[in-house]
Formats: sequence, C-alpha cells, structure tokens
Amino acid sequence: MKAAVIVFPGSNCDRDLAVAFEQAGANVTMVWHKDTALPEGVDIVGVPGGFSFGDYLRCGAIAANSPICQSLISHVERGGYALGVCNGFQILTETGLLPGALRRNAGLKYICRSVGLRVETADTVFTAAYSAGDVINVPIAHHDGNYFVTDEKLAQLKDEGRIAFTYTDNPNGSVADIAGVVSKNRRVLGMMPHPERCADIGHGGTDGVAMFRALTDQFATA
Amino acid sequence: MKARVYVMLKNGVLDPQGEAVRHALGSLGFDGVEGVRQGKVIELDLAEGTSEATVTEMCEKLLANTVIESYRVEMG
Repeated sequence: MKAAVIVFPGSNCDRDLAVAFEQAGANVTMVWHKDTALPEGVDIVGVPGGFSFGDYLRCGAIAANSPICQSLISHVERGGYALGVCNGFQILTETGLLPGALRRNAGLKYICRSVGLRVETADTVFTAAYSAGDVINVPIAHHDGNYFVTDEKLAQLKDEGRIAFTYTDNPNGSVADIAGVVSKNRRVLGMMPHPERCADIGHGGTDGVAMFRALTDQFATA
Repeated sequence: MKARVYVMLKNGVLDPQGEAVRHALGSLGFDGVEGVRQGKVIELDLAEGTSEATVTEMCEKLLANTVIESYRVEMG
C-alpha cells in the first residue's frame, strides 16, 4: 500500500501517523502543504492531527484551502481513500469531503485522555478488522471535537450506516455521541480520536493497530 | 474601502463560549442576562469597487463555515 501523509505548518501527529502506516507495512511519503500533486499511485492520504495554521479563523479552515487539498479532493473524487484524524477530521469537514463541522467542546476544556469508542460499523476498510459493537480504547486530544450535523443529515448518516465510531461516554457534546464518520462511498474516514497513538506497545495500548493492518491488507489483496 | 463581516453561530447551534460568558456575568451580579452568543468580526480593507457579491463569496468560501455559522456583510 502506498500512503501519503500531508504536513501542514502546525501539524504535530504527522510522523506518528506515518509510523503507524509503516508498521502496518505501508510505503509512506510525506507531502508538504504547498505541493500541488500527490505522489503517483497513492492509495490512501493521511491527514494528520495538530493545529494547522494555528487554528486561525477556524480549525482546519486555512489548511482546507491549501494547494495540496485540491489534489486531495481530486484523489477522493477519483475513488481514492483518505483518513483524517483530529485536526485532519476538521480539515476534511472544511473541504466538504465529510459532512458536519467540529465545534468547541461543550465543557470548553481541552481534553487529553483515552476514551472508549464503540465500533458502529465494520463495513468500511478502516473498521473491517473490528466487529460492530466492539469497544476499543483510543486517546483523544482536542479542544474542538464537538461534532455537529443537522437532524436531517444525522438521519441520513444513520440510514446509510456512515457513523464509524461513537463515544461510550460522550466527552465533548458531539451530536449522537459521534466520534467518526465515513463518506458516502465509505472510502474517507474522519475521526477525532487518535488510532495512531495506540498503535504500538510503547503507547500503552494497541487498539488502533487493527485499523492500519486492515488498510494494508485491503490493498495487498486488491 | 472597508467591509465588515459578522460571523455568528447559527441559531440552534449551541454556543458553549457564550454560555460560559453568561454564567460569568451572573457571578458578577449582573442579573437578567438571559442569553449570550459570541461571534467574530472580520474587517477587510478592499480595493475600490469591490462588490458586496465578492465579499459574500469570500464568506461562503472561507470566512464562515455555513454548516454551523451565519454571516452578515456591512460595506463601507
């Protein structure tokens, strides 16, 4: 599997995400935000966590308009895969590739701890190695993770089985406890929790490993 | 010429910062503050002749996230 991880000024989980892909067997290229093209033959683009452009204006708003994001949008429109974590999820909603928006946490505090996530669907390449209903422990670290969608859009996400993860104990006020959603074609996942921070025994948890392995397995057999 | 853009969370979208400000005003003894909503003001210095339609386009594309925010443009 060929992965590209985008680096914005202020990204701080780019290397962690690259290592998680690499440990699962992927070949990873780092891509700078000013680049106008993704490397040839990339299967999946990782949009990492952090504070791109200092969270100026809105989290992810400036990054979503950077040159590389045009290539990201074209990649997704061609049927390519993408994984956005934390700030990466915010960026994916700002580009319009995923529905909804992330607001300030309901409790106004920055929250940094592990949380329980319920796998809502195993019918995505990202969650294929889990079973629906599984509860995994994944760290969160965000100030603006309070997911919002309109009632109408929420009903659509539920109907189409596009809610990938929910919090077992909602930490931030997200609508319907939502922690991660996939695109209509199920090839783009955005999530606030950090699977790359529980992808090695040194992290104190390995519940994220299955996601990266499932991704590399998918492309190995494709 | 100048334009001023007011960006607010849409009605119906919870504004936790506004709520915190409301609580703080209550603790300072200001009674009767029934609601606070916090937004932002963006001032633009524009070339003469820039149309309001252009500023509206800026709002739609970048200055506001219309999923959760509404905006109002004041020209001049």
